Amino acid sequence: MTDTFSANTLDSRIVITGVGITAPNGNTLSEFRHNLLNGVSGVQKFTTRYLGDTLAGICNFDPLKYQKKKDLRRGTRAGSISIYCSHEAVIDSKIDFENFDKSRIGIYLGITEHGNVETENEIYSISQFNYDTKFWTHHHNPRTVANNPAGEVTLNMKITGPHYTIGAACAAGNLGIIQGVQMLRLGEVDMALVGGISESIHTFGIFAAFRNEGALAVNEDPARASRPFDRDRNGIVVSEGGCVFVLERLSDALKRGAKIYAEIAGYASNSDATDFVLPNSERQAECIKLALKKAGIGPEKIDLVNTHATSTPLGDVNECKSIRSVFGENSEVYVNNTKSFIGHTMGAAGAIELAGNLDSFNDMMVHPTINVDNVDPQCEFKNLVMNKPVKAKKIDYILNNSFGMLGINSVLIVKRFVK
Amino acid sequence: MTDQDIKNVILEIVADIAPDADLSDIKPDIRLREQIELDSMDFLDIVMELRKRYAIDVPEDDYMKLSTLNGCVEYLRPHLKNR
Repeated sequence: MTDTFSANTLDSRIVITGVGITAPNGNTLSEFRHNLLNGVSGVQKFTTRYLGDTLAGICNFDPLKYQKKKDLRRGTRAGSISIYCSHEAVIDSKIDFENFDKSRIGIYLGITEHGNVETENEIYSISQFNYDTKFWTHHHNPRTVANNPAGEVTLNMKITGPHYTIGAACAAGNLGIIQGVQMLRLGEVDMALVGGISESIHTFGIFAAFRNEGALAVNEDPARASRPFDRDRNGIVVSEGGCVFVLERLSDALKRGAKIYAEIAGYASNSDATDFVLPNSERQAECIKLALKKAGIGPEKIDLVNTHATSTPLGDVNECKSIRSVFGENSEVYVNNTKSFIGHTMGAAGAIELAGNLDSFNDMMVHPTINVDNVDPQCEFKNLVMNKPVKAKKIDYILNNSFGMLGINSVLIVKRFVK
Repeated sequence: MTDQDIKNVILEIVADIAPDADLSDIKPDIRLREQIELDSMDFLDIVMELRKRYAIDVPEDDYMKLSTLNGCVEYLRPHLKNR
């Protein structure tokens, strides 16, 4: 056993050949990328039950593009996001989906949590009937089972291969991708729909909990609320969104002449084992190092680090420490952050944020982290890309961090595809 | 409520449960499930709506009586005639 991908064959090399996305500032990859390069935020004012006015990243994709009204009534918001992104990814991949063996397609979607939205709604609903459980909906169980978002995709697209979700807090987007890579390598499936989704803004609980731990962003101007690395950052903007990638073995992608966005170079996941909520920079650094080792490269090969930073005072500093410990104090690596535009899309974050940076392989542009008026000295990097995009000389490797509660860390490295 | 009112109530509930269906030509004596896409979970939604709107509890043994529009009217008339 070696630590790098053992047999570097066309069958073990996994590539991204399709992208479907809905983010608070874009319902296609090109719209999303355009907005990331032009400083367009997707954070808005939002009102939620019990809590009142707050801020959120809200998606405005058309769910009726791929679903009937009845499907929307029967299913969940998480399901709709998953269905939209999966269809868009398959269309984007230009794969012959109609004739593809549907039993050989796997769906692996990362989620932070699922079922809270439906449970909260139902409790509210029976509160109107004196909490009589006779009024509790029979739809509760199929809507709240943890596989619901991926399962709705199978129903909608008639996919009969395996489907499940990966519950991994805010590291989930990366882990959905990692799961797909593994299953393709094992030969379990021939095509994987992977990524992450989140419908979190439709539960008041996530806002109230972040607020009560002092971690919910407050700002007069919604677009300025998510501000990782800025001295005056004050918390997270909760957002919804989703991103699904089509993953294939390189051999299959080449055979059909697919457009290849990037190749998966390495990945890692580990656990802090220290705290329910507080991150651990040593474990994060270990996770980054492990991903580099699996990719068979040193940190000097990485051109861009897309950070997880959520705009909390402590979390951002912690991640900067981890990055510095791996890349060194004087590293010239570009560092950016996507949450500054769209807030924290939770289980979707890893996947959405990776998608937002894939085009760097083509245009060499690095999108910035916006809203940095005064950089926190503890978050400084030589090449922290602030407020305006920069043109890089070379983008061959992108490293994507995603970390989550209970100390779950995930790191994914993608590289420019070269035959 | 008149029989027509009851019919309208049922059609309104069904319209909500099956929003894509065309209800303009529903035959009152043919089972609803044969005319529009309704499964057992949808049927339970009809039962739930009757409970929520009119506090009518339909026991499982009576579900079949609600299978057609006219069946619904027959069944619900005693419950709704004075409302």
